[in-house]
Amino acid sequence: MSFISVFDVMGPNMIGPSSSHTAGAARIAYLAQKMINGPLAKVEFILYGSFARTYHGHGTDRALLGGIMGFSTDDMRIRNSFEIATENGLKYSFTPNEEETDIHPNTVDIIMTNTADQEMTIRGESLGGGKVHITQINHVEVDFTGEYSAIIVVQKDVPGVVAWITSCLSDRRVNIAFMRLFRESKGHTAYTIVESDGKLPEEIADTIRQNEHVLDVMVVQM
Amino acid sequence: MDFKNANELLTLCKEQNISISEVMRNREIITGECPAKEADQKMARVLEIMKEAARSPIEKPIRSMGGLIGGEAQKLAQHSASGQGLCGELLEKAITYAMATLETNASMGLIVASPTAGSAGIVPGLLLAFQEVYHFSDKEIQQVLFNAGAVGYLAMRNATVAGAVGGCQAEVGVASAMAASAAVELMGGTPKQCLDAASTVLMNMLGLVCDPVGGLVEYPCQNRNAAGVANALIAAEMSLAGISQLIPFDEMLEAMYKVGKRLPVELRETALSGCATTPSACEACHIHA
Repeated sequence: MSFISVFDVMGPNMIGPSSSHTAGAARIAYLAQKMINGPLAKVEFILYGSFARTYHGHGTDRALLGGIMGFSTDDMRIRNSFEIATENGLKYSFTPNEEETDIHPNTVDIIMTNTADQEMTIRGESLGGGKVHITQINHVEVDFTGEYSAIIVVQKDVPGVVAWITSCLSDRRVNIAFMRLFRESKGHTAYTIVESDGKLPEEIADTIRQNEHVLDVMVVQM
Repeated sequence: MDFKNANELLTLCKEQNISISEVMRNREIITGECPAKEADQKMARVLEIMKEAARSPIEKPIRSMGGLIGGEAQKLAQHSASGQGLCGELLEKAITYAMATLETNASMGLIVASPTAGSAGIVPGLLLAFQEVYHFSDKEIQQVLFNAGAVGYLAMRNATVAGAVGGCQAEVGVASAMAASAAVELMGGTPKQCLDAASTVLMNMLGLVCDPVGGLVEYPCQNRNAAGVANALIAAEMSLAGISQLIPFDEMLEAMYKVGKRLPVELRETALSGCATTPSACEACHIHA
């Protein structure tokens, strides 16, 4: 059982009204924006289950939009995130999907497009108490929580890439807490997610990127 | 430095001759590897947020996102100030702050989930009232927030604090147990008296269902935060008067958890029964949806 801190009980500090529908939503979007480069031009949110039914009254929409602009769960700007997004020229939309029912009740798909016209889709689930899981990156099943600093490597599914990643990490003295490999199918795109206790060195993404089979590297610092 | 249940917590208090709050603070520092200064700063921030959330709607009432609540705290404060209050200064303040905190929460204000957002008014409601009436320092209140945290931790570890799993008894019930225990320590009670008060609350709120109108954290949640504060105060009074409980906290927590799991799903945060499906609630939701 993982350690339950007194601040897991007396917390999180959050913008209300709901730890799952507001704080968790902000958290998922916050993690999503950490995974794409540069400023966003457009973001589309597809809401499922209870998110789809009650998002307005829980401020789930404001929280998602705030999170995508980098606001943490206790940032008062979440209240005014529609206005702030408009000021920043960020286009946004919310689409409830009530047809899809075979899905965790508090699920959102976030489709982000940056100003360089790159697109990325993240699926997240809000588990309650502000805890979340990222369950898909570009429709590939993954699993990470954002409670640790994480390196997400997009790579070709060929031998040697994982060894390359671990050697880069050991050269930089990064201690691996968890490491998992996910792939679309054999020989295609794969994702390696490495989670670490401490802060990750700034240059780690550039270092890992030097391998020819590495397509992209994202670093989510806690 | 850890404990799995209330019995082990009491043993630690006894062996080391320290309070529940001290055990919980030491646990955070040693087992949680959080430097003492950082733990204290974090708790100071918790108290700061609690104060603002509990007071702001009294001056400036604000309508909730779902439109079901807003302005209740100011009405209570005015009624109390007029000298017409029924509950006495301490409880009048406590219910005002508890309802104010839920008003802040429901209008997308900043709160501390303690242990949840829907039950966020109870611990601050009672403790801030004690602070004003008995002139406790911020430091003293921050200290007993660790006591409240210990009770909440046990509920999270050994039962649940999610309304969707255990009903309102797991949210408002546990929050009230936390508040009662912290209040007893604040007023000089022993660790055993703290946990007896927590046990009393769970007993008195056993079976309370979670039936939010419109599925929103507004109504009856706000009313129940006021009820929770009153339950906590009653339990603290009984305990400090020397009334001990037949059923210890660990057993009461298990009973609460078992009852919670046996509640039909319609009464666990799904808005499919109870208050949520009364004709008036349905009509209100239609208007405000």
